[in-house]
Parts: sequence; structure tokens; C-alpha cells
Amino acid sequence: MFQPRSIQSSMTFRDKVVSMDYVLILSVLILGIISMFAMYSTDGGKFDYHTKSHILRFGIFFTMFLIISLFQIRFWYQTSTLLYLAFFLLLLGVKYFGLTSSGSQRWLNFYFMNLQPSELMKIGLILFLAKYYHRISTQDVNRIKFLFLPIVALVAPVLLVVAQPDLGTSILIALGGVTVSWLAGVRVKFFAYASILFISLTPIAIAFLKPYQKARILTFLNPDRDPLGAGYQIIQSKIAIGSGGLFGKGFLNGSQSYLDYLPEKHTDFIFTLFSEEFGFVGSLFILILYSVIIFRLINIGDITRSSFGKLYCYSFATAFFIYVAVNMGMVLGLLPIVGAPLPIMSYGGSSMMAIMFGLGVAMSCRVYKDIPVN
Amino acid sequence: MINFGSGNTVIKSKLISRRMFVLTAAKTIVFCGIFGRLVSLQINEATKYKTLSDKNRFREWKLAPQRGIIRDFFDKEIASNEKVYQLHITPENSPNLETLFFRLKSILNLSDKRIFYLKRKIAKQKPWEPIIVSDNLTWSEFSRINLFLHELPGVEPIVSVARQYPDQSTAHLVGYVSQVSQKDLQKKQYLKDMSVGIAVGKTGLENKLDQDIIGKVGFQRYEVNAYGKRIKQIQVDPGESGKNYRTTIDLEIQKFTSKILEDKAASVCVMDIYNGDIITMVSSPSYDPNSFVHGIDKKYWEELISNKRKPLNNKAIAGLYPPGSTIKIIVALSALENGIWNPKKYINCNGLTELYGEKFHCWKKKGHGPMNLRSAIQRSCDVYFYEVARLLGVDRLSETAKKFGLGKKVLEGFIEEREGVVPNTAWKRKFIGKNWYLGETLHSGIGQGYFQSTPLQLCLMTAQIANGGFEIKPRVLVNKNKNKLREYIKYKNENPNDPLPIDMLVSNFDLKPLFRNQENINFVKDAMFAATNEAGGTSFRSRFNDQKFMFAGKTGSSQVKKFTALQRELEVKQKDIVYEDRDHALFVAFAPYSDPKYAISVVVEHGGTGSSAAAPIAKQVIKKVLERDNLRDNLKSLTGEEI
Repeated sequence: MFQPRSIQSSMTFRDKVVSMDYVLILSVLILGIISMFAMYSTDGGKFDYHTKSHILRFGIFFTMFLIISLFQIRFWYQTSTLLYLAFFLLLLGVKYFGLTSSGSQRWLNFYFMNLQPSELMKIGLILFLAKYYHRISTQDVNRIKFLFLPIVALVAPVLLVVAQPDLGTSILIALGGVTVSWLAGVRVKFFAYASILFISLTPIAIAFLKPYQKARILTFLNPDRDPLGAGYQIIQSKIAIGSGGLFGKGFLNGSQSYLDYLPEKHTDFIFTLFSEEFGFVGSLFILILYSVIIFRLINIGDITRSSFGKLYCYSFATAFFIYVAVNMGMVLGLLPIVGAPLPIMSYGGSSMMAIMFGLGVAMSCRVYKDIPVN
Repeated sequence: MINFGSGNTVIKSKLISRRMFVLTAAKTIVFCGIFGRLVSLQINEATKYKTLSDKNRFREWKLAPQRGIIRDFFDKEIASNEKVYQLHITPENSPNLETLFFRLKSILNLSDKRIFYLKRKIAKQKPWEPIIVSDNLTWSEFSRINLFLHELPGVEPIVSVARQYPDQSTAHLVGYVSQVSQKDLQKKQYLKDMSVGIAVGKTGLENKLDQDIIGKVGFQRYEVNAYGKRIKQIQVDPGESGKNYRTTIDLEIQKFTSKILEDKAASVCVMDIYNGDIITMVSSPSYDPNSFVHGIDKKYWEELISNKRKPLNNKAIAGLYPPGSTIKIIVALSALENGIWNPKKYINCNGLTELYGEKFHCWKKKGHGPMNLRSAIQRSCDVYFYEVARLLGVDRLSETAKKFGLGKKVLEGFIEEREGVVPNTAWKRKFIGKNWYLGETLHSGIGQGYFQSTPLQLCLMTAQIANGGFEIKPRVLVNKNKNKLREYIKYKNENPNDPLPIDMLVSNFDLKPLFRNQENINFVKDAMFAATNEAGGTSFRSRFNDQKFMFAGKTGSSQVKKFTALQRELEVKQKDIVYEDRDHALFVAFAPYSDPKYAISVVVEHGGTGSSAAAPIAKQVIKKVLERDNLRDNLKSLTGEEI
């Protein structure tokens, strides 16, 4: 008979290390190294603040990722509600004690870093809902009574983030939550209802949008509307990427970013910078790396036996995909500029922390793939 | 508890996997979309975006080239460049244009209209392109600007060069430059990539030579960042200053002539009869071409426009006058060449002849008495030439006149030059739509009626008779063309007893003879000698006794308004008529008679008679030209040019 406990007890540290997904680890590592070079380029070819800080963060959080992988998956299962609540409290804390920068209140000041709890909430919500749907039976999923808690758990943090205001992150958090619900089997009709409700509320929501947010949406619809104002970022980003051509302008030769035509080049537009310097070939390489990461995550979901593991890995893979797709779609002019970082590549501690944490939990699912969570 | 293997978990796993499949498919599609977008941006449209990126990256500031210098034959500058003080504004460097203009207004006395114009111009161009606020500041204005410079961000005081014309006597020939107009941009393609504010040739040589004399525009290309700050200089091309030109004009004679003509509406042309060098070409009154360079003052413009003597008009090539009696040398030549007239034939002039009841008067009321062709030229007898013309016919006359340079443009590339009219039967039918009357032939025979020529045409006509009847190409610019006519003359002088037949002239010396029999040319030259140097000649009073300066010429007076019978009866003198109705005075000549070198034409508008108003001017100019002839020859042999 199948004896999980014995398996668990029989796993040595060596076994655990061996059972990690090295393709995933390697891909993350390569991406991290590439991001360091990209950051070096944004610093104008100098080993400067952003580069140093990015390397440090990558080092710390990559190590964290590996350590988290070794934690029992059961531990993450048990603490997920707690984590969600903790992240939610931090979000509330932002509302009252947060730091304001360029018109938006997103950060909490810890002495070693400025933390952006909304980034952590991206993972927190997925963990919480994965656990929730793990616990209820398939039949119960679509009962109104059981829909109530997931909706509250999703809407509450999203509203807090929207109020910061941070449209991009709130959309990404919501999409993560929606993904878990979808995978858990919530009927299509509920999504349809939600969509109808959302669309009918949109006009009201627009009234609450900040002028710059309205401008961004209008600009997305027609970038040439105001080429020196709101459309500037999209246009300059497209110029940078397009001018990279097949092989790019070469490392440290991206004139668009070097001459400050690119906005937010450390964060949201890091892909643009890379794409300008390394061209189509480089961009394709990045796209393939991300695909590999996503498919390795899905693979972990496939081989994990617990519903929690599956729900989490699939959802996280999908969320990860969404982050990548939204960021790339944005810089390529396919989506409006909403402010969404590119996982691992973008400069930003909270985002890096959240992604590495998410990867760590997924890796833990792999290491303990045969272990039930409860 | 162990949940593994329970039905619920399996169902759940299957559900999750099924739903995940949908998501995976969606992801694949989205990534394919991103891939497609990358292909479209980085491969299909890469060139477009590369161009846009370079447009972002580089900015060019144009450097206006220096205009080439125009010199006279002796290398004196007749159009040069001088240092000017200018004020430019770079709009992007100025935080507040409104305040800036307000400050400038108090320092410079700029008009509101000008400020409005500048603001509109700024709105139209790129913010980093400088705009010229004032292109010719006085030194005191310039130093005041420099004094207040620290409180005028965006303002750049600039020392530049601009066109300067040292002398007004060459104003018409050289023309002037002024600011580029819309019309210039349409007409002159080479102005397209020139910087704003460049001066462009509007008339005369400045216009003719514009493309080469304007120079090649230079530029400074900088790499700039998103805020317009210059990061580094990528490339500098200082451009090239325009080509310099040396003209055939003798500034000394030009000034001298201009001085003589000072208060008259007149024109004088002097030409080398062998190589067509235009020694002087003066039109009077003149104007100040410098006033156009920085935008002409309205008051001065109106003064020029309203002046009856038309200072802006280059009378030498754009003034049209009936040639009057100066045409008689052509009429005589044509009659001889066509063999319809025996020069010895006598006609008795009694001051009047009649044709079909119409009266044709001689200028001399009492008549000249018996005249032959030579004396008719000498005394300019109209009655004699009425008869010659009647027999010759206007068509044969016009053929000879055209051959000798009338009725077509003499120079190339002078937009203001006019063709004039050499009438004939076909011309009248085409342009007036009527048949020719014989009476009109008689008028044409004394250079009246439809005949219209420019002073330069008359000069060319005289030159081509003086050089023995060979075609020459008049020129204003010195070039290295070999002069065949000189070679022929040299040959002829060395072999006086070896007359060459016409076809040999053509084949051996590549000359274009305008005659059938050179004796006819010599006959006309001799008659012109008589007109100046023999008693009774129309220009006898203006003769030189000194062999060195002795010239041969033909006077002419062309009617502006028909003399009425009453006026004729009362013997009204020219000076008693209102200015506008007085005759034009003309004179053509070549000198020295013994060894002709130069031809001259003088036209004095409303000057009265040729002998009293034009010939004395010619006398003075001829003397000056011949006095400087040696200098010219010396320079030519010094520089190895043909002699």
C-alpha cells in the first residue's frame, strides 16, 4: 500500500535537492543574469545603484526561492490563510501608513526595503483560494453559499489596491483569483454574470478614475492622439523595439534608452531596453525562457497529486503568464500602459520577492509531489 | 486521513486538468500573438522604426554658407561679405517667450507686428531651431544685448556675415540678394535644404549665379537626449562657401561712367569687340542694393518705385528704345549686302518725301540737298533712308538686324533682360494681327515704329560691325575660352596680302561671318568715321583729334511722341517740351578708329538729340576706356590670358 508518511520520512536532504526541477531553476537563473546586464545598461553602462541593488535582491530572493522549496508543502497549505490575512493587513497598513510616490500610495517603509504589499497579495490570494477550493468538494463549488467567501477574498484586496491607486496591480491580483476559481470549476455562467456586472459598473468606475488613467486608456486606443503627452511612452517604446531590428543595436548601444527617450526603463519597460539592444533574436530568447518557466510550472501541477498543489501550480503558472503577457503586450503597444512589471527582469524588490516566493511554493509542490497536504 | 484514491479527488483532478487545458491553449495563442508582434515590429517594420529612432537621436543645426565674392576684371570686389551682428532665439532654451519678447522690445525697439510675426514663425518650426529676430543689429544694440544677456535665456548674439555691395554703380549688373520668398523656394530647388534666413539672389548676376555662388550648406549634427540636451557632436560639415567669380567689368570705368550719368535716366554699355567682354554696363539712376539685404525699408522702397526715372530698372538690358537713326548703319549694310543699292546713288533731300499721300519728314526741316549713301549716314538723312528702306523692304532689313544681334537676348541667365522687337511682315501679322503697310517700312528704315532694342543690343550690333562683321558672344564673366577672332586678326595683320575667302575663315578659324562681302562692312565703318570726324557729321562736335582716341559713331534720336505738324512748323526745341515727351538720345560708336577695340552704346532717356546728349557722354567714356586699355592688356598677358 501507499504509505506517504514513510515516503516523507525516507526523503533525505539529498533526495529533496535531487527532486527539484533544474530546468526551472536554470531558466530563472539565466533570466536573472540577463536582467542584471539589462539593469547595467539602464545605468548607462555603469555599475551603479540600480544594478547593485538588483543583483543583491536577485541573490537574496533566489536563495529564498531555493529555501522555500525545501519547506513541506503542507506547511504552505496550513499557513496560506494566515499569509493571506497578513498580506491583507499590510495592504490596510499601506492605506494608513504608506509612502506616497508620484501620486500613488503603494509602499510600506521597512528599514531594509520599501515593501509593496500589493505584489505579495498576488501570490497570497492564489494560495488562499487554492486552499479554499482544495477543502470544498466539487459539488459545492458552484453553490452560492460557497461562492461568497472567494468573492469577498478577491474583491477586498483589489479595492484596496485600486484605491492606492494602482490599476495595473489590482487587475493582476484579480486575474490571479479568477484563474483559481476557474480551475476549481466555478461555472462559466458565474464568470459571465461577473463580466456583465463589471461592464455595467465600468461607467461608474470611469468616473472614479484619475485623469491620467483615463488618458492612458484613450491613448492606448489611439497613441497618436497626443504624441508628446500620454502617447509618448507607447510610441517611444515601439520605436525602441522596432529600431532594434533582427540583431539589435548591441549591448549598451540602445540609443532610445541611453538618451532617456524610454520612460520607466528600469521597471515596466525593461523588456523594451533589452529588445532594443538585442533585437528580435534577444526578444525571442526571453520569450522562450518565460515559456519554459511557465511550462515547467504547469508540469509541476501535472505531477503533483494534491488538488491544492495542482490548483496552486496551475494558477501561479497562469498568473505568471499573465504578468509576462500584460507587460509585453503593454510595451509592444498591444495593451494600454497599466503599470505591470515583468517578472524577474524588472527592477523592484517586492515584485521579485513575490515571484520568488511563488516559485518556491511551486517547487515545494514538486519536491513533495506525492505527499498529501492534510 | 488519506484522501488519495477517493472518487472526489479524482474527479477534481480531472476537472482541474480539463480547465487547465483551456488556459494552456489560450496562453499559447497569446504568446504566438506576442511573437507575431515582435516579428512585425522588429523585422517587417524595423527600417521605419530605425529611421524614427535616428530622428529622435540626432538633431541637425544648419550652418549658412558664405556667398561667393564677385570681383571686377582687376580683382576689386564688387559684391563682398561683411561682418554683421545678429540676434537669434532658440525657443526651447527660453522658459518664457512672452517675457523674453517683452524684454527685447525694451532693448531693441521691436515692433508689435514683428513680434507677432516671429511668434507665428516659432509656432510653425521645431523648438530647437533658432529663429532670427534681427539680422543686422547696430553695434550699440549688439552691445546692449550682450550686457543684458544673463537675463535673456534663449537669446544668442551672433556675429555672422552678410552680403555687401561696396559700390552702387554695379547695382544693376550684380543685382542684389534678399530673404528667401515662397516663390524662390518653388523656383529654386537647391534652396530646399538650405537653412532658414539664407539670402538668395533676386536680380542680375546674383540671381544668375545663385546656385553656384550660394555655397554648400553645412551642418552640425548632435546626438541629443529626450530633453533636447546636446550629448555629443556626431558630425560637423562646415559647408563650403560659394564659388567666387571674376567679371569682365572694369569697376573704375563703371564708377566713372556712373558719375557722368548721375542725374540722368540713361545707360552706357562698352564691349570688347573681339571677345565680347563687357567692360562697363551702367544704368542710371542707381539704387543702394545693400538696402535689400536685410529687408528693405518701406519708405526707401516707395521712393524707388515712385521715381519716374526707374532706378530699379536695368536700362542696359531691360530698357527698350526705338533705335532711331542708329539703325541706319544696318539699313545701309542690308541694302548693300542684298545688292539693291548703289552707294554712289544720289538722292536730293528737301526735308520731305511723300508716299501715297502720307508725308515723311527729314529731321532737318530744310533738307540736306543731294546725298549719297555715305553722306546720308554721315548726316543721318532720313529722306535718303526712306528710299533705301522702301526698296530694301522690311523683311530683308529685319533679317540683317537680327543677324547683328537685335531682337534677341544678348546675355544668358539675366531674368530681367528683354528681347526687344525687330519688326517684319510675319511679326506684325502674328502679334498685331494686321498686314504690313509700306509706310511702316519707311518708319522702320529710320529705326522708328515698331523697332525696340536694348542698349546692350545696340552695343553688340556696333561691335560686330567694328570687328569686321564677325559674330561674338558677349560675356560678363571671365572664362578661359580661346578667342578665335583675335587669332584671325593676328594672322591677317601678319599676312596683309593674303585675303582669305569666307569659307576658309569658317574652316580655319571657326569664325561666324555675318556678311556676304566684307567690303560692305568696311563701307559702313567708313561712313561712321565720316559722321564723327568729318565736318557736317552728326557727332562732329564730339570728335577727338588725337589719333589714339579717334572714334567712329552714329547718332540717333528716337521719338517718344509723334512730332505734330504744328510743332514742326514752330520749330519747337526738345528742351521746350515736357520731359516725358522728349526724344531719347542715342549714340553708338567704336574706337579707336585705326585699330578698333571697343564698341559703345549710349542711351539717354528723354535726352533730346543724340548728337547733343549722347555723343558727348560717349566721348568721355571712350577716352577713359582707351586710357585703361593698356592696363587691361597687361593684366591679360600677365595672367596668360588671350590677348
